[in-house]
Amino acid sequence: MSEMSDDDFLSGGSEEDFNDESMDSDFEEEDGTQYLDDKDDRPQKKAYEVDYSVLSEEQIEKAQSDMIDEVHIILDLTPENAAMLLRHFKWNKERLIEQYMDSSQRVLEYAGIDLSGSNKLEVKKVPGFMCDICCEDDDDLETIALRCNHRYCTNCYQQYLFYKIREEGEAIMIQCLNHKCKVLVDPSTIERLCTPEILHRYHELLNRTYVQDKQNLRWCPAPNCENVIDCGVTPNQLQEIVPTVMCSCGHHFCFGCGSNDHQPCPCGLVRKWLKKCEDDSETANWISANTKECPKCQSTIEKNGGCNHMTCRKCKHEFCWVCMGPWNEHGTSWYNCNRYEEKSGVDARDIQAKSRASLERYLHYYNRYANHEQSGKLDKDLYIKTEKKMTMLQSASGMSWIEVQYLDAASKVLQQCRQTLKWTYAFAFYLQRNHLTTIFEDNQKDLEMAVEGLSELFEKPTDQLANIKVEMMDKTAYVSNRRVILLDTTAKGLQDGTWEFTVEF
Amino acid sequence: MALPKRIIKETERLVAEPVPGIQAVPHEDNLRYFDVSIHGPTQSPYEGGVFKLELFLPEDYPMTPPKIRFLTKIYHPNIDRLGRICLDVLKANWSPALQIRTILLSIQALLGAPNPDDPLANDVAQRWKEDEPGAIATAREWTQTYATS
Repeated sequence: MSEMSDDDFLSGGSEEDFNDESMDSDFEEEDGTQYLDDKDDRPQKKAYEVDYSVLSEEQIEKAQSDMIDEVHIILDLTPENAAMLLRHFKWNKERLIEQYMDSSQRVLEYAGIDLSGSNKLEVKKVPGFMCDICCEDDDDLETIALRCNHRYCTNCYQQYLFYKIREEGEAIMIQCLNHKCKVLVDPSTIERLCTPEILHRYHELLNRTYVQDKQNLRWCPAPNCENVIDCGVTPNQLQEIVPTVMCSCGHHFCFGCGSNDHQPCPCGLVRKWLKKCEDDSETANWISANTKECPKCQSTIEKNGGCNHMTCRKCKHEFCWVCMGPWNEHGTSWYNCNRYEEKSGVDARDIQAKSRASLERYLHYYNRYANHEQSGKLDKDLYIKTEKKMTMLQSASGMSWIEVQYLDAASKVLQQCRQTLKWTYAFAFYLQRNHLTTIFEDNQKDLEMAVEGLSELFEKPTDQLANIKVEMMDKTAYVSNRRVILLDTTAKGLQDGTWEFTVEF
Repeated sequence: MALPKRIIKETERLVAEPVPGIQAVPHEDNLRYFDVSIHGPTQSPYEGGVFKLELFLPEDYPMTPPKIRFLTKIYHPNIDRLGRICLDVLKANWSPALQIRTILLSIQALLGAPNPDDPLANDVAQRWKEDEPGAIATAREWTQTYATS
């Protein structure tokens, strides 16, 4: 059994705990799905996997400076001017070079850069000068001017930069203080005038605009994570693929929309579904529980008291609340319905049933979706408890730290599968009924049953956990395998366009 | 708190060399708060009207623009019912080199050249586009009703 050999292998190397820890987290990165692939020489790429890499802040900065170096050599500009141009062109190097070759003068003007003036910033004291901003006119007032020669006092410049960077979050489009002047305050001037704190913010903003401008980059949305994901999936591919990535901080998310992992459901459907749930779910639940439709005009009616003789406010149709048949057939048996099987009543209930069916259908999917969401939250609590359990198990059964890792793995797989299951219901809601859908639902059912089985094992008391170790590892492997199968077939279907949806997205 | 030199200078100049058709007088108890009146430009539907505005210089002035609002009711696509003004130099295009006087001139110019393509009062802008003579007539009526004493 491959799982056992894994374990043997790991426990064999357990003398060096620290190394194991890093190794182990490498294993986790592959979501445990790799256990099965380990048998192959090389793990095959699944249809739902995308190529991506995780970049640190330093790497982002390096990528920028590499591109700046390249452009400054090609276009024979100072690195600073090259950087300003690149930022102006939203880091589209090709477009910049092409347009610069076309008309360098126009490009420079457009970007607020002037090559003729000297770039040297001089702090000068000008006798008789009055700063237009603060109206100070001391003779030893320090003043500066950009190439455009609009001169202001250093103090005002510093305040201005502080305000732009700190309050407005502006970094690349800070212009000369003169309102008609389009000359940009160059980075070296900013470096020179700002306090380290503001400069730090300035560099953050530069990185931020870089990541925003590049289509293949996206910040990891996890709190306090400063990594960037580099992935080549473009927005118009999002109908065919759900680009799920995992940051080195451990956060799984969708590269396409930035929200939490929502495989196998494509971003467009996720948006539609969430909107629908926001608008409808509670209302629909209430309507379903408390109302019926008028058999004639289908208006929704709440019976809030009184007898079963209903008169629709809208169309004045009189009917019986119990059998939904027309009231006049009840003759004199007021307040009491013994005519349930009458044909007219059955027909009326049929129509009612049809209009209810779509609502019920939605609720079917919504309730399961919500249920998995809830279970997922509970499983997260469980995960926190898992760690405790692992320590307890170690002392109770004399197992080593590495030997109880199967609990951790199982818990992670469980959470992930809940997340996937949740979204399979949103996905299924929008599917046309055909044989592919049936297969999908079978896969969904298999995964669901496996997940519930594993979840159940988890709730066993600690003293039994040691005995079911093998069973648990088997189930873990099985569950993650079911998930891989489900995601793989769904992703293939998306790529080949074989799914038929009830909506456009 | 001492008033910055810039504000003192600006106020002095507003009094010493007033802009034609524009008046701005600071409150005695708050020198950052101005009562403003602007005469409707000739050749515009606001001709003959005197429009009252309030102007406040915030703490960060001149790093942030002054806050200005019409007090007199006015029918204009870029001014809403609360008197708020949609003008680029009051927002993104503000520069510390601009002054109270230049801003008030811009507002006067806005009265002479309404811009229904960048509306604040949508209903007015809509009418301005679909029935310009009618909109101008209404603006003239409002000027007569609200802006003449």
